[in-house]
Amino acid sequence: MKVLIPTPLRSYTGEQSEVEAQGGTLAEVLADLDRRYPGIRFRMIDEQDAVRRHIRIWVNRDEVRTLAVPLRASDEVIIFQALSGG
Amino acid sequence: MKTKKTSQVGSTGPATGTVALLVATRKGAFILRSDKARRAWRTTGPMFFGQIVHHMVLDLRSNAAGGRTLLAATSTGHLGPTMSRSTDFGKTWKEAGSPPAFPKAPEGQKGRAVGHTFWLTPGHASEPGVWYAGTSPQGLFRSADDGDTWAPVSGFNDHPMYAQWTGGEQDGTPDGPKLHSINVDPRDAKHLYVALSSGGVFESKDRGASWAPLNAGVVADFRPDKYPEYGQDAHCVRLHPLAPDVLYQQNHCGIYRLQRPGVKWDRIGEAMPKKIGDIGFPVVLHPRDPATVWVFPMDGTAVWPRTSPGGKPAAYVSRNSGKSWQRQDSGLPRSQGWFTVKRQAMSADAHDPVGVYFGTSGGEIWASRNEGAKWTCIARHLPEIYAVEAVETGK
Repeated sequence: MKVLIPTPLRSYTGEQSEVEAQGGTLAEVLADLDRRYPGIRFRMIDEQDAVRRHIRIWVNRDEVRTLAVPLRASDEVIIFQALSGG
Repeated sequence: MKTKKTSQVGSTGPATGTVALLVATRKGAFILRSDKARRAWRTTGPMFFGQIVHHMVLDLRSNAAGGRTLLAATSTGHLGPTMSRSTDFGKTWKEAGSPPAFPKAPEGQKGRAVGHTFWLTPGHASEPGVWYAGTSPQGLFRSADDGDTWAPVSGFNDHPMYAQWTGGEQDGTPDGPKLHSINVDPRDAKHLYVALSSGGVFESKDRGASWAPLNAGVVADFRPDKYPEYGQDAHCVRLHPLAPDVLYQQNHCGIYRLQRPGVKWDRIGEAMPKKIGDIGFPVVLHPRDPATVWVFPMDGTAVWPRTSPGGKPAAYVSRNSGKSWQRQDSGLPRSQGWFTVKRQAMSADAHDPVGVYFGTSGGEIWASRNEGAKWTCIARHLPEIYAVEAVETGK
């Protein structure tokens, strides 16, 4: 399925904003993404499998907060990252 | 304070070549390189532009390829923390395969997550490839493969007293409680010291399997029990590499010295001028003389501005193990200089006379080629400086 990558994480994807990953759940898709682009998952998901504070993940039009959410091949995963700061 | 009785380990002569300063800032990392005279400095970078670089450290031991490994602990305001390695002195970097991370907690239990790696220390000379890392929240991690993969030191992180020793979030610094000041005894790879902000100093004699507090004599004036077994706020602890029985500590509540095998710290900051006090972040040791130590006092009154007292920045040096102190402000602003120098942002080279360096939260780097007698600003307009490590780079 299609995964949209925010700019701060594109150093992992060769600057691609849109990549492919496979899996039946969000956890599996993120694991596959990390196999393809090593290190990218830990920047988004902590060691307790929690989505990091400034990361938002959407599946199609719904924000999800758990990695257990089931996915279909036609779904689109959109990763956002807040850019507040100074 | 009987330094003459201190046992000494293998001494080397002064360095004579070029020096580099490894500068970690809130917006990236820089390297300043000197000429042999340490008069001219050239700034290169930024590396990791826009990222928070908490600490950048060069391993003076040879790596498997015969070179030297440089590690940088980084994070951003929004992404999780990571670690990067360079074997060509910062020209190229490779992200660690597995940065420090706590174990996943059993289902239904709340686990810890590393916010950032704050401190890096290469391991013992007899253990090439070993590094230690201190994190926020307080965790101790070890790598045995030159910083590529990291494992928790469970003897500390899962110690039955961990919660009591580390206190709560409210006991930490504004960007999180930290484990720092990892010191490895050069005589014994199993003998380690770490410090917590807050929590105090802890010692292990079995490579981190077990730990004990080491805080006798250190005041915690923010608590009802002024001399607790633990709970003090150690800002920076340094062990002298040639006299490993000598430790110095800049604490939230004073400057201290400990002579092992003794267990009670002496408050050597009592000899500082009363109007200056003995509060600060860094403490820096002379590479060859265990009796010489530098500090950079800050204002710890009222709401704790943590800036130079009175807006008049100065280092203070003691040449006699803290019995007396001399002010070193030549070349520094005479007024309206509101410097903050963080605990990792001051260090010394190995020349004779020793070069002493510090970076400010205002993005300036100051250098002294003569052990603090005269200071020169060698870089300005950098981002907020978190760490400055002086390393010898040339012959």
